[in-house]
Amino acid sequence: MAPDISLRQVVAVLGGFPALAGVDLEVAPGELVALVGPNGAGKSTVLRLCAGLVTVASGEALVLGVDVARAPRAVRSRVGLLGPSGGLYEDLTAADNLRFFARASRLDPAAVAAAAAHFGVTGRLAGTRVGLLSTGQRRRVALAALVARRPRLWLLDEPHAGLDAEGRDLLDDVLAGAVAAGATVVVASHDLDRTGALGCRHVRLAGGAVVGADTSSTAATSDTPPPAAPHGVDATADRPSGGGARGR
Amino acid sequence: MVADALTVAAKDLRLEWRTRVGLGQVLPFAVLVLVLFGFALDPDRGVLDAATPGLFWVTVLFVAVLATQRAYATESAEGVRDALRLTSLAPAGVFLGKALAVAVQLVVAELVLGVGVVVLYGADPAGWALLVGTALPATAGIAAAGSLYGVLAVGLRVRETIVPLLVLPVLAPVLLAATRAFEAALDGTPADGWPWAGLLTLFAVAYLVAGAGLYGVLLEES
Repeated sequence: MAPDISLRQVVAVLGGFPALAGVDLEVAPGELVALVGPNGAGKSTVLRLCAGLVTVASGEALVLGVDVARAPRAVRSRVGLLGPSGGLYEDLTAADNLRFFARASRLDPAAVAAAAAHFGVTGRLAGTRVGLLSTGQRRRVALAALVARRPRLWLLDEPHAGLDAEGRDLLDDVLAGAVAAGATVVVASHDLDRTGALGCRHVRLAGGAVVGADTSSTAATSDTPPPAAPHGVDATADRPSGGGARGR
Repeated sequence: MVADALTVAAKDLRLEWRTRVGLGQVLPFAVLVLVLFGFALDPDRGVLDAATPGLFWVTVLFVAVLATQRAYATESAEGVRDALRLTSLAPAGVFLGKALAVAVQLVVAELVLGVGVVVLYGADPAGWALLVGTALPATAGIAAAGSLYGVLAVGLRVRETIVPLLVLPVLAPVLLAATRAFEAALDGTPADGWPWAGLLTLFAVAYLVAGAGLYGVLLEES
């Protein structure tokens, strides 16, 4: 079966600086993958590139069988991206935001309402301006919008950040349900305990490239001292497998 | 595309309604500009009469710059532009929707300013057909050009200062044509004004077509 994500020596430049310096990554359909690594490693850029939001300078990037460099818009309608800020209009209420993104993405209003209810975006919270919400509450609104999209490929940047314990459990249930339904999930995270518990395959990035991968979640919490990682990586975070630096 | 435009326009107008920036700050600013011009030129009533059309449209351009900046400031927030690009909205629909929202705000401002020049400057709106026939295409042209150049500044940190530098020179022909047409309407010689209204219509159509065609590329590159 063709992979949902296939990146080969992908280079991306943002603002004149190389954000990705030859990334190799392969993610199979229905897989749950966690991108790990220090700040600035390129995790968020990989997610945005897979969503068709970053220009591919060189290399080959196929997402859901589509060449991202040639047809980024064809990818966008099939993926769901949760960025660090949630991508919400701060001066609109939570309900306004959900209504707008539902119309803009041609979503079923009933699915949006169900997703909003699932994440508790109802009543007073729904009627509050997003700019006045806490980080966790914003996260819930953004997650409701994402879940309502029912994407084939989920791309989540630090999805657990800011959520309370109930929200984190709720999110994990949703991700597990998405994978069970055949979706592919890629998260960028520093919360290795959480991604390990989810059963993610960990892929380590540093300096804009994949520097290690592991097919199990145990690497995230292993006591075995890891080998030295380049670019000042916190090598205790997870352990590269013996297969080298290809994310598969 | 029309449905997309209405969706975006409704969102932008709702944003404006929630924040009241236009009603609470931009509109009072526009009225204040009229009052200040009145104070500056009032000693010589003849100068004020002659300058009324130009003062009206200069003030409208100030409002347009502020409305355009506001329309794109909301899209510049972290992650919002990505979220917008991930929707199924047609780029041309987004452009037309943003232009429509700016145009609605300009129409409101023009109505208030129109009352202002009648009350403060003593203008006689006898040639109302030409006034309306000028204001509509001028407003469409200003909103279209503002929306087209506004998107160029979305990702820039100097957005607040670059938008006026980009937009105001482009709108100089609108200022000229609308002022001439209003002069004809207020002077009671509307036949002299209609050619200018026609020029404004051409300008509006050109920018609406160009914007609908180029907006997607500009949004990707901004």
